[in-house]
Amino acid sequence: MSLVSDPRWGEALTHLSDYLGNHVRVSVTALALGLIVSLPLAIVARNRPLFRGALLGIASVVQTVPGLALLALFYPLLLALASVTLGWFGFGFSAFGFLPAVLALALYSMLPVLRNTITGLNGVDPALTEAAKGVGMTPRQSLLTVELPLALPVIMAGIRTSAVWVIGTATLSTPIGQTSLGNYIFAGLQTQNWVFVLFGCLAAAVLALAVDQLLALIENGLRNRSPARAALGGIGIAALIAATLVPTLARTSSTYIVGAKTFTEQYVLSALMAERLRANGLSASAREGLGSNVIFDALAANDIDVYVDYSGTLWVNQFHRSDAPPREKLLGELKSILAKQNITLFGELGFENAYALVMPKKRAEALGIRSIADLASHAATLSIAGDYEFFSRPEWAALQKAYGLSFRAQRTMQPDFMYAAVASGEVDVIAGYTSDGLIAKYDLEVLDDPRHAIPPYDAIVLLAPRRAGDQALQAALKPLLGKIDIADMREANLRASGNDAASSPVAVARWLWDRIGKR
Amino acid sequence: MPTTPLIAYTHVGKTFDDGRVVAVDDVSLEVAEGEFLAIVGGSGSGKTTLLRLANRLIEADRGTIKVEGEDVRTLDPVLLRRRIGYVFQSGALFPHLDVAANIGITPKLLGWPAANISARADELLELVRLDKTHRDRLPHELSGGQRQRVGVARALAAKPRIVLMDEPFGALDPLTRDALGDDYRALHEKLSLTTVMITHDMTEALLLADRIAVMRGGKLLALGRPAELSDSGDPYVGELLRTPRRQAERLNALLPRGDAA
Repeated sequence: MSLVSDPRWGEALTHLSDYLGNHVRVSVTALALGLIVSLPLAIVARNRPLFRGALLGIASVVQTVPGLALLALFYPLLLALASVTLGWFGFGFSAFGFLPAVLALALYSMLPVLRNTITGLNGVDPALTEAAKGVGMTPRQSLLTVELPLALPVIMAGIRTSAVWVIGTATLSTPIGQTSLGNYIFAGLQTQNWVFVLFGCLAAAVLALAVDQLLALIENGLRNRSPARAALGGIGIAALIAATLVPTLARTSSTYIVGAKTFTEQYVLSALMAERLRANGLSASAREGLGSNVIFDALAANDIDVYVDYSGTLWVNQFHRSDAPPREKLLGELKSILAKQNITLFGELGFENAYALVMPKKRAEALGIRSIADLASHAATLSIAGDYEFFSRPEWAALQKAYGLSFRAQRTMQPDFMYAAVASGEVDVIAGYTSDGLIAKYDLEVLDDPRHAIPPYDAIVLLAPRRAGDQALQAALKPLLGKIDIADMREANLRASGNDAASSPVAVARWLWDRIGKR
Repeated sequence: MPTTPLIAYTHVGKTFDDGRVVAVDDVSLEVAEGEFLAIVGGSGSGKTTLLRLANRLIEADRGTIKVEGEDVRTLDPVLLRRRIGYVFQSGALFPHLDVAANIGITPKLLGWPAANISARADELLELVRLDKTHRDRLPHELSGGQRQRVGVARALAAKPRIVLMDEPFGALDPLTRDALGDDYRALHEKLSLTTVMITHDMTEALLLADRIAVMRGGKLLALGRPAELSDSGDPYVGELLRTPRRQAERLNALLPRGDAA
């Protein structure tokens, strides 16, 4: 299928008004906030070397923090702040999505504006500031009628740099729950949908260029004393904002928001749940690509209504438990811990997505290995690969302890490459994920864990506190519980990792429903 | 002089860099109403500082300065500057404002109605002998001489009684400089101004001013009409006067009367 006629372009287009609108709103708000803070700061700081140094230093440090990390940091920060305001003043606010994105991006926008405003103002010929004083201007009149107009080109250059940065970086606000053009990119990267990735990048680039050119028009108009041109630029920006607001205002917002983390299986499952809700006459939309540190808190704060997590992930990462009780006991205990936060553990879907030691089936048979216990005696001659975090996780420590595992070599790898690496014999064993579709594709064997060193990772549906007694929601999702076995999920994941129209999460979710719905 | 002085410096002193640089050292000086005073001195003589003390662009450390009989320390510096015209070295016109807006700046600050400001700009263009077509031009579209004419017009816009000039014609070619000097002197008479002009050029001072003050190292060395200066026994003053004198003699010899073009 040629790239141009690919039907996924059409699918991408259907999301454009939503993603673009959100992107423009978050970028413009952040930029406006950044300007409102940076311009006065720069004006105050320009003649105070100590303050100026400290200010530019801080802004530079902020700039060195990777955009993704900066955005992610704002979420827990605001969450803590929200609980403080709730405790002290009796009101909280949503620390999810828009607010942390705006604050982080505004902070990110400050350096070019600060630096260029200070440079521009300090670059005004001292003879002219002296003349302004000499003709009888107050410092304020001198600033407004002489210094700022003369520094304008340099200041505007800073604002334009900021605008382009903010629009680009705003694509990274997807994982903290702010819909943006980044939704295309994150979803596309996870599901190997290169059309989406390309579409998202192009849309962000076009938006950045358009805003940059409109700002250039305003600058040009101001510099050449052409109010018409400046007004045209201003109208252009206003029109852009208005155009992105209209469709959003016209659309009624969805009642139910289904969350998804940043990997393929999550995209498929959220699409499946949203589809089920709609089939039951409920309005639903998916909020995809949420960071795993964000999604649980977002549910607890009622920012999303439902999502799928894994029992072991909550056990180890969220509640910091290092023991690994049997499956039923862990689920029971988890249910009561969650209930304390008013979160409903609605039920298990039927499969597990756990860490597991995986090797080629033929190799395992040849060596007579069926479980990790069998593996232990061969480990000294074998090599193992895991993802970036596996070897520092408690599961790995527990595995080593329970089976006395000691491998010849261990390597860290990008998850997508691990399976191919073990299939080709480049490594002997990998720490894979039990529901990964590539297990079936490469004919791999998942080794048993008879001593239960790895806690169970049952896929479980969690409901937000405000949905605890929601009968309509629960009736819609009930048919999914216990229906998806590991083979279904592996095949669904494999389908979703394909690179064609049939591999979109929505298409795969429909396929999965057709398969399990009649059971 | 029979009239009360419009500007009076009494034992004025000013130092910079925590007293390490003495810019003005115990200067007392009176400028009578209607007088044209030139302050002559080399760089670092303190002449520019002395001028700026009068409209409080610089604050004095010691002594008192009175303008129109009032101690400047008791006046709002911004309002004081609006009632004193100031012509800057090489114009210092605001490059983003057109000629009319540059001229009208002080009246605008004083809150004059727009129509009056506009009429005043036209009036001043005529006074400084600039064609009205220059009205809407930007400073960079003008020649150096035209720019300084606008600078003079800007200083006169709010009808000040006093005009301070900081080496106003220094950067111009000799012909333009001569023409501008003469034109300004005529304006000085016509508008009954009181003018203090700084220059490092004794010839210019002799030709334009009523009285000349000579400064060196922050001190006032001599003060008087050209003839009085000529009688001064101070060797530095003598040195300053030698050049114009010698030039005049040589020019007289080179250009006998009647041959001048």
